[in-house]
Amino acid sequence: MTAHATMIDANGEMQAAKHLVPVRVYFTIFALLMVLTGVTVGVSFIDLGPWNSVVAIVIAVVKMLLVVLYFMHVRYSTKLTWAVVAGGFFWLLLLLGLTLADYLTRGPGWLHYG
Amino acid sequence: MAGAHATHHPKLQHHFDNLDQQFEASALGMWLFLVTEILFFGGLFLAYMVYRIQYPDAFAQASHHLNVVMGGINTGVLIGSSLTMAMAVWAAQLGKREAQMAFLVLTMVLGIAFLGIKAVEYSHKFEEGLIPGANFRFDGDAQHAQLFFSLYFVMTGLHALHMVIGLAIMAVLFVMAYKGRFTKAYHTPVEVSGLYWHFVDIVWIFLFPLLYLIDRHGPVVH
Repeated sequence: MTAHATMIDANGEMQAAKHLVPVRVYFTIFALLMVLTGVTVGVSFIDLGPWNSVVAIVIAVVKMLLVVLYFMHVRYSTKLTWAVVAGGFFWLLLLLGLTLADYLTRGPGWLHYG
Repeated sequence: MAGAHATHHPKLQHHFDNLDQQFEASALGMWLFLVTEILFFGGLFLAYMVYRIQYPDAFAQASHHLNVVMGGINTGVLIGSSLTMAMAVWAAQLGKREAQMAFLVLTMVLGIAFLGIKAVEYSHKFEEGLIPGANFRFDGDAQHAQLFFSLYFVMTGLHALHMVIGLAIMAVLFVMAYKGRFTKAYHTPVEVSGLYWHFVDIVWIFLFPLLYLIDRHGPVVH
């Protein structure tokens, strides 16, 4: 899974060459991020009811994954790094999910319109 | 082979087997810090979600006072700065010192542009009387619109503070690169600082749609 090639450096020490991501990958990710930004702005002017929030968050999560996997090299990182990153997001989901499980089930009397 | 102490890389600390293991440890340490940052900002996002669910109309009214054009341009600027940061790391990996310095400067220019646009937005909010407090002026549910703007200023302000710290880190990296401190074999500070910069970009990737966009559709309910 790790894309490391082992080699001997000038000092005779074993060195793993860090994975070099091709420049075209960075520019492709940049272009995708810009397109997704345009899409999220465009969709926000269309009335989808409660789905406006869902679409906005889904697009933001896709953009986040592109940045984390490619710009932050997690795709090419060790399994330990994967576990730490995934653990961080898992704990965030616990924080958001468990709290919203309370607030979203309190019934209409709790909501304030107008 | 000569004794290991005589030949090892000058940047290699004795408690690591090799530079690669040392780099993995540094990157992992930065990720652990970023996990604490995810939960730090996560608490603010949670507060925003709970209050937005509770006061949907007040938050929609308040959200319409944000400038989508400036927010959108700033999103593009920040994504651009992430690209130049990724390219600075790429240049460091190849030992291209001058390209690395140029990409660091570009990253700083885009970061400063972001903060400049943010400052213009803040000054507009000040002129419109949208700073929470005694002089808050708002046509609608002013009490709960203040909640929106309190969260807006805390979240974007904390994000901007991270940008300022990031710019200081970029300046230090530039000086280190200028002095020739980074080589193909050792450029851990560039990579680890890049992780921080991209994280700050990710925070904005969520702030922009949640604050500026999700209430943009449809008429304002008063």
